[in-house]
Amino acid sequence: MSIHNRVKDLFGQQRHELLSVFYTAGFPRLEDTPRIAGLLERSGVDMIEIGIPFSDPIADGPVIQESNTIALGNGMTVKKLLEQVREIRKTVKIPIVLMGYLNPVVQYGIESFCRDAANAGVDGLILPDMPAEEYRRAYRKFFDENNLTITFLISPTTSPERIRQIDEATNGFIYAVSSSSTTGAKLSFSKEQEDYFEEIRKMKLKNPFMIGFGISNRETFSLACLHGSGAIVGSAFISLLRTSTDFEKDILKFVTNLKGKSNE
Amino acid sequence: MKYTVTDKGYYGQFGGAYIPEMLYPNVEELRSNYLQIMYEEEFQKEFNELLKDFVGRPTPLYFATRLSERYATRIYLKREDLCHTGAHKINNTIGQILLAKRLGKKKIIAETGAGQHGVATATVCALMGMECTVYMGKHDMERQRPNVERMRILGTTVVPVLSGSMTLKDATNEAMRHWINHPVDTHYIIGSVVGPHPYPDIVARFQSVISKEMKEQLIEAEGNPFPDYVIACVGGGSNAAGAFYHYLEAEHVNLVGVEAAGKGVQSGQSAATTVLGKPGILHGSKTLLMQTEDGQVVEPYSISAGLDYPGIGPMHAHLFDVGRVQFLSATDDEAMEAGIELSRMEGIIPAIETAHALAMLKKMEFDRDDVVVINLSGRGDKDLETYIKWGKY
Repeated sequence: MSIHNRVKDLFGQQRHELLSVFYTAGFPRLEDTPRIAGLLERSGVDMIEIGIPFSDPIADGPVIQESNTIALGNGMTVKKLLEQVREIRKTVKIPIVLMGYLNPVVQYGIESFCRDAANAGVDGLILPDMPAEEYRRAYRKFFDENNLTITFLISPTTSPERIRQIDEATNGFIYAVSSSSTTGAKLSFSKEQEDYFEEIRKMKLKNPFMIGFGISNRETFSLACLHGSGAIVGSAFISLLRTSTDFEKDILKFVTNLKGKSNE
Repeated sequence: MKYTVTDKGYYGQFGGAYIPEMLYPNVEELRSNYLQIMYEEEFQKEFNELLKDFVGRPTPLYFATRLSERYATRIYLKREDLCHTGAHKINNTIGQILLAKRLGKKKIIAETGAGQHGVATATVCALMGMECTVYMGKHDMERQRPNVERMRILGTTVVPVLSGSMTLKDATNEAMRHWINHPVDTHYIIGSVVGPHPYPDIVARFQSVISKEMKEQLIEAEGNPFPDYVIACVGGGSNAAGAFYHYLEAEHVNLVGVEAAGKGVQSGQSAATTVLGKPGILHGSKTLLMQTEDGQVVEPYSISAGLDYPGIGPMHAHLFDVGRVQFLSATDDEAMEAGIELSRMEGIIPAIETAHALAMLKKMEFDRDDVVVINLSGRGDKDLETYIKWGKY
């Protein structure tokens, strides 16, 4: 476990135009996880979110669902993922956040999971079906002991009072879901969505917020960056991995297209 | 009330609402309103009238003379198979659609496995003139074609689910995804005592009419509302929840839940969750769940499409945990034999789910003056194909 938390360091230095990319561990092939992380860092991505595959991903659209099924078919497990993160950390310096459904984490044991994840080089967790109340009551101490950040989600149907509560429970960053929907790429945002982002910005939360769900191209990425600290891309990247025959070339191109410039 | 849900939605260590934030407003809207709405005088009046005139309640409590002679005890059958649409499922869908209307919802979604809950939902939507979409695993649609057509005749859109194993668990995932994507105008009618709080409590309360009637009918028949045994099959556990509900605090009543052992509890093809499951989180609640060591949900097996769910409702998980309900199981063969036996001896062809409960007559021992109530949760018309394929009659 490092004394510094890379998520906190990142947001301490920069709170605009951040790009975080999500992909599913063990997809498309079991051993692809470390290589993809390395290529994302080299392409100029600011943060990596790695999905822990689950048999029943109720918050995900078809693209991420399929990647979960394939990853599990490849033999992906939580233990294997933590080994891969250890491998990634030999070279990769940017923040790594694990995202997944609660059950695999609970079966591993929340206390051992927090310890082993931190030791492997993970900086934070996103567990969308973990209730904030349960986190405060039973889990928080393990996150704190291991210097892991926790990110909760908010959506356009989340009330302002609840956003405040979630902001209290969160440390690191808030994940602002762009529409009330499951995950999946969209080509543009509506006026209502932009108003919603603007509302959150005006609330001056203690945590920075990243916008996710529906980010797929430069237009949606730039719009998200106007309001939040940056954006999270998932389904569009998974679709790329599904079809790409040249990760090195395609990942660089994908990231460059999104950001409009390469950080290299 | 030792066994009912706490304010926070827990039954002992089980229950809760483990849902992504996108579902929170929908579930919270229900949670903060359901009790108040359900116990309004107007609501109760409408609910009870529909149960009486549309569903055909009260359902009879029938003394099974020949079966009682054979097993040398006093066997009563609670005839939920005589409900409109052929099973207890409609008690809940009537209740939930009235709830949805009072919440101002315009559209209904549901999941279904065998199709009984789907048909019960399609029926009440036709009754109320509401748009209805039912998610059903593609594999189940092939197995239960008559129920698919029944739903379509009733004007419901049946959406085939192609993800995962294409059965009930995946249909539930897909219905939840639909609800995430349509949060404002849509109510999700869950068909069993599963899902995030308050669903298990909502469904149990609507189904509790079963044990409420049993008590009244037993006073009439036996001079005592309390039987010695109540036996019901458990998939998710809605008919069992209804049959046990008003007896939970009466500790001298033996409550027996019967799970599907499939080809044998340890055969690798089973749905006996209390034996094979451990605590886990699926579809919004913490409950007993069949899963791998790595926390991936395992696909269960039973000859009965209504019992092959990988979990049980959190209330049942708790009742098992504290020993209030005894959980037993019946294999495919035991259930099929019991189904044929009831057909031959009492002139009632039961649903194969229900036949699992009937199989306990052979496996348990009763005294001659014991009063044994079996919840006859559904009729067997939908299972003719399975009976024919099994063939031993």
